[in-house]
Amino acid sequence: MLRYILGKLALIIPTFIGITILAFGFVRILPGDPVLVLAGERGLSPERHTALMHQFGFDLPIWQQYLTYLTNILSGDFGTSFSTKTPVLRDFLVRFPATVELAIFAMIFAIIFGVAFGIFAAIRRGSWFDQLTMGTALAGYSMPLFWWGLLLIIVFSGMLHWTPVSGRIDLLYFFKPVTGFMTIDSLISGQKGAFRSALSHLILPTIVLGTIPLAVIARQTRSAMLEVLGEDYVRTARAKGLAPRRVIGLHAFRNALIPVVTTIGLQVGTLLTGAILTESIFSWPGIGKWMIDAISKRDYFTVQGGLLLIALIVMSVNLIVDVLYAVINPRIRAN
Amino acid sequence: MTNEGPATVEAATVVKQQDARLQMFAEFWHYFSINKGAVIGLVVFALLILVAIFAPLLAPHSADDQFRDFFLTPPAWQEGGNAQFLLGTDAVGRDILSRLIYGSRFSLAIGFVVVTTALVSGVILGLLAGYCRGWVDTLIMRIMDIILAFPSLLLALVLVAVLGPGLVNAMIAIAFVLQPHFARLTRAAVMAEKNREYVISAKVAGASHLRLMLVTILPNCIAPLIVQATLSFSNAILEAAALGFLGMGAQPPTPEWGTMLAEAREFILRAWWVVTFPGLAILITVFAINLIGDGLRDALDPKLKRS
Repeated sequence: MLRYILGKLALIIPTFIGITILAFGFVRILPGDPVLVLAGERGLSPERHTALMHQFGFDLPIWQQYLTYLTNILSGDFGTSFSTKTPVLRDFLVRFPATVELAIFAMIFAIIFGVAFGIFAAIRRGSWFDQLTMGTALAGYSMPLFWWGLLLIIVFSGMLHWTPVSGRIDLLYFFKPVTGFMTIDSLISGQKGAFRSALSHLILPTIVLGTIPLAVIARQTRSAMLEVLGEDYVRTARAKGLAPRRVIGLHAFRNALIPVVTTIGLQVGTLLTGAILTESIFSWPGIGKWMIDAISKRDYFTVQGGLLLIALIVMSVNLIVDVLYAVINPRIRAN
Repeated sequence: MTNEGPATVEAATVVKQQDARLQMFAEFWHYFSINKGAVIGLVVFALLILVAIFAPLLAPHSADDQFRDFFLTPPAWQEGGNAQFLLGTDAVGRDILSRLIYGSRFSLAIGFVVVTTALVSGVILGLLAGYCRGWVDTLIMRIMDIILAFPSLLLALVLVAVLGPGLVNAMIAIAFVLQPHFARLTRAAVMAEKNREYVISAKVAGASHLRLMLVTILPNCIAPLIVQATLSFSNAILEAAALGFLGMGAQPPTPEWGTMLAEAREFILRAWWVVTFPGLAILITVFAINLIGDGLRDALDPKLKRS
C-alpha cells in the first residue's frame, strides 16, 4: 500500500512542477511589459518603472525568476495582491471556507438525490420512472448553470419571495468568523435567526452547484446497479429467498458503490468549475468569485496565486481519491 | 478483351466495398435508432443546423435593429406583448427571437471549430504518444495531466485574460482545455491496437511509420473519438456561453446566447423573457447533442451490443 502511495506521489511531482511553470509563465506571456500591464492606464515614470522591475525581479534572467518563484511557493509565499496589497494566500484562506461550505452542501444534495434516483431507476429499469429520471438527469447534465441560477432567482426570490437573492447571510447579523463556515459560526454566535438566515442563503446556490454532480451520480449509480443486479451472487441471494430490500441494500448496492465513490471523487473539478459560475451569480464570497474579480480587475498576481492554489487542491483531491479507491478495491494496487 | 478481366474484378471489389459500408451503416443505424432519445436529439440538431443556415430568411428582423418604441416588450402572448415580436424585445428594443436565430450560427460554429481544433491536435498528440512511447509519450502525457489539473473553465478564463476577451480567443482557449481528452483516448486506443496482428503484418509488409499511424491504426480508434467529439461539442457550447456570460467571450452586441444572458442579467426581476429564452436555447441545443452522444455510445460501443 505504502509503495502504491509513494508511486502516485512520484508521479505528481512532475505535474506539480508543470503547474508552477504554467502559473509562472502566465504573467510573463502577457502581451507587453509586465509592470506596465500591472500599472494599467495610470502610467509610470521611468525611475518608478525601473524600481518596480527590480522589486518584482523582472530584471533577472528568466530561470532565476522561476527558481525564486518556486522557492517562494515552497515556503508558502504565493505572491501579493496588486489591488489589496495583502498576501494572496491570506486572501485565499479567508474565502476558501465559503466555497468549501457551499461545495459540501451541494455534494450532500447531489449524493442523496443522485444515489436514490439511480437505485430506483435501476430497479424499475425501462419503466416510465426510469425514463423520466434518466431524461431529467441528461437535461441536468446539459444545464447552463449560470442560466439555471438566474431562473431559480426569478422564481423563488422574485416571484415567491422564499429565498434571498445573494450573499451568505442577512446584513442584520454580524459576528466574527470562527470557522469560516457560516452555518457553524451563526450557531456559535447564538444570535436568534442567524442560522436560519445562513441556511436560507445556501438553498439556491446548493441546488445550482449540485445539479450537474446530481445528474452524473444518478446516471452512474443506475448503470453500476444494473451491472451488479445481473451478477450471479445477486441471483443467488434472490434464489435463497432473501427479501428484495435486503438483496438490493446489502448485496447489490454495496458492490455498486465502488464506481459511484470514484465518480463522486471526480466531481471535485466539476464543483470548482461550477463554483466560479454559481458564486458569481449569487455574489457568494468564495474563491470562484474572487478569481473572476481578480481577472476583471487585472490583478495578475492574485490570478497567478489562485490558479496555482486551485490546481493544487484538485491534484490533492485526485490523489486522495486514487488512494481511497485502492483501499476499497485491492485489484487496483496489484496493477 | 484481355483488359476487361481485371477491370471487372476491380469494379466488383468497389461494389463489394460499397456494400460492406452500407451494411456497416445499416448496422450502426439499427443500434442508434433503438435509442428513441438519440433520434429525437438528431432531429432537433438537424433543425438547428437548418435554422442557422437559413437565419436571414427565418428571422423576422435583423439581429441588431433597435425598435425605440418597444423597449422590454413582453412576449406576444403576454399582456402588453406585440405580435411583431414573438418572444419580446430586450432593453434596447431588439427582437429576441431574431437574435436567438442568428445566435444559433455562433453556437454551432463554436462547436464545430472547437471540436475540430481539439480533435485534430489531440489525435496527433495521442498518436505520437501511443505509437512512439518512451520519452515522447511521457512528455506529452505529463503536459496533458497539467492541463487537466486545472478546472477547465478557470483555465479557459485565464487564457482568455492573456489573449484578450473575444470569441476567437475564447474558442482557442476552450479547444486548448478540451484537447487532452482526445489525446488520452487516442493514446489508449493506439496502444491497444498497436500489437494486433494486422498492424504487425502491415509493418512486415514495409509500411512507413506515418502510414502505420494514420492509415492502419487510426481508423480502428475512431469509435471512442466520435463519442468524445459529440460530448466535447456540447461542452464547447456550454463553456463558450459561460465565458460570454462572464464577459470574456463574444462581446456585445454579438447575438451569442451567453453574451445575451450577460446583457439581460440586470433585468432578471423585471423582464423574465430576456433571461429565459437565450438560456433555453442553450439548454435545448446542448441537450440534443448529449442525447445524440448517448445514442452514439450505445451504437458504437461493442461491449453494449447485444448480438
